[in-house]
Amino acid sequence: MDLCDYAAYQLAWMIRRKQVSAVEVLESTLNRIAAVDGVPGRLDGGQDTEPDKIHAFITLTAERARQQAQRIDQAIQAGEEVGPLAGVPFTVKDIFCVEGTPSTAASKILSNFVAPYTATPVARAEQAGGIMLGKVNLDEFTFGSSNESSAYRPSPRNPWNTARVPGGSSGGSAAAVAAGEGCLSIGTDTAGSIRQPAAFCGVVGLKPTYGRVSRYGLIAFGSSLDCPGPLARNVSDAALLLQVMSGADPHDSTAANFPVPDYVTDLEKPIRGLRIGLSPDYFRITYVEGESGELAQQPVPEDYQQAIYRVAGRLAEMGADIIEDVPMPHTKYSIPAYFVISRVEAASNLHRYDGVKYGYRTKQPVHDLREMYRKTRGEGFGLQPKLRILMGMYVSAAQYSEQYYMRALRVRTLIRRDFEAIFDPQGKYRLHALLTPTTPTTAFPIAQVYGDSVLMQFADQLTVAANHAGVPAISFPCGFDPEGLPYGAQLIGADFSEDLLLRIARNYEIVTESDQWRKRIPPILQNL
Amino acid sequence: MITPELFDHLVELAALELSPTEAEYLRQQLNNQLKALQELVAIPLQESIPPALHGVSFPAEIRPPIREDEWLPSSQVEAILKQAPELDERYIVVPDIPHQDLE
Repeated sequence: MDLCDYAAYQLAWMIRRKQVSAVEVLESTLNRIAAVDGVPGRLDGGQDTEPDKIHAFITLTAERARQQAQRIDQAIQAGEEVGPLAGVPFTVKDIFCVEGTPSTAASKILSNFVAPYTATPVARAEQAGGIMLGKVNLDEFTFGSSNESSAYRPSPRNPWNTARVPGGSSGGSAAAVAAGEGCLSIGTDTAGSIRQPAAFCGVVGLKPTYGRVSRYGLIAFGSSLDCPGPLARNVSDAALLLQVMSGADPHDSTAANFPVPDYVTDLEKPIRGLRIGLSPDYFRITYVEGESGELAQQPVPEDYQQAIYRVAGRLAEMGADIIEDVPMPHTKYSIPAYFVISRVEAASNLHRYDGVKYGYRTKQPVHDLREMYRKTRGEGFGLQPKLRILMGMYVSAAQYSEQYYMRALRVRTLIRRDFEAIFDPQGKYRLHALLTPTTPTTAFPIAQVYGDSVLMQFADQLTVAANHAGVPAISFPCGFDPEGLPYGAQLIGADFSEDLLLRIARNYEIVTESDQWRKRIPPILQNL
Repeated sequence: MITPELFDHLVELAALELSPTEAEYLRQQLNNQLKALQELVAIPLQESIPPALHGVSFPAEIRPPIREDEWLPSSQVEAILKQAPELDERYIVVPDIPHQDLE
């Protein structure tokens, strides 16, 4: 076990006590990156390059990180007060602006954009003493669930099996954290983009309540759904990062003016008497069958279901009350509603990329401005942004918007009401959290799903309802399937109940601490 | 069903230029996605159900006030200008803007 494999909270503690320096921790992490990451993603890179490496990074900013680490060490030597993340290395999904770094959104259209300012969540992590290692890969503009749509190739691979996807869109974040390339990562979640890759890579990922963490400096996808949040190897580290990122921000009027509780201190408080629900609507997926367009239902694989029931059993051992058969009848409409709402918001947000003020501009000769727009956008955007723009324009067109967009927004109300009903303290169920599988399957093979945009979207079926409703949710590892791939368990809670979700997940870590599966490490780390 | 004609219209509105292979793939994917939306169109919805623009309600007590619309100087003007694809001194250059002369 190297320094880079320690938990963030342990490293922060050791660095503050001068048992180890921030520079030593950083160098250990950079060595790990050199050993496992391989070439970074590039616009002219090949997908099959170094198939046994992780490829989490787009831009590694080692020198910038060294300067930050030296400043932390100097501050500690001088006896100055340092923040709770002092010396802890973290990565940032390349959808956030970080001053002076290429901020690409994994798209050719922003490939030459260097951000002139830093996003609030990243700035707060740096103010807390965190060491920013660089920018990690994602699906282009976050549009995907596998990272295969990134314009920067090779796209990241799963540390548990490099022939599998890391999930997405925060796939670089999850893969990096799982492989010891930084203890923490800041990701974003619009339909499951933190939780699904966290589940696939066997790490912890938390989507906060909409408005808990500022979106200032986040390159927007679905503005009513996007949530920045932490990825980490354990629950305590996720709590630590959430703590420093949360809170109101004068730069984002949707960042709620709601007090930030202490997420760390009460993590290990008992969960006796907490009511945790299981819903049959989260143990099956509803999807559209290929050519016919007919609706079909399929149970989540039996072994995955059993993994979640085992989590419920362990939580019951800790004194939680498990409530079965909780109805969530509108969950199955989450994906169709998302197909509409997210596309409309994406199309609107992507109109700003036009080759005029910044970013890529076509090199071809053009006659006029319209032609420059068309060629720039045609060359600069990959297939997934184009698909979202076209769909967004179609479903919000005057003649269709009543049928699609307005309807989707009203269905969103129904999805929200499902959650309000089960979390209502005076209601029939009075739940503190809903326990579900995070994903319909464990990590799928590279190239198996990509290309079928409908099938890929259904990877988010169990996560996206929380985005529609705005409620917080956490994914944490709960064992491995027969092929050695991690299972993820999800807890969804009421508005601003991140503290409860973290506490339940931490209690699960405590009760499973000596389980055999907890001793496993990703194969790629075994022979270092 | 998105016909080739409707598709071309959307492409024009979206200010995109597509290769024929891209166009064929995208049109087919759009139609597949529309099939997935049939379910949405079929959901029985009572008239009284309002649209939700976002999930979490933002009551006044947690909604930050809109800040003043103030002019603030930036220290990054040169860095920002340098990112423009084409500059003439401090002006950003674009190709001819299509226009119609008013009578």
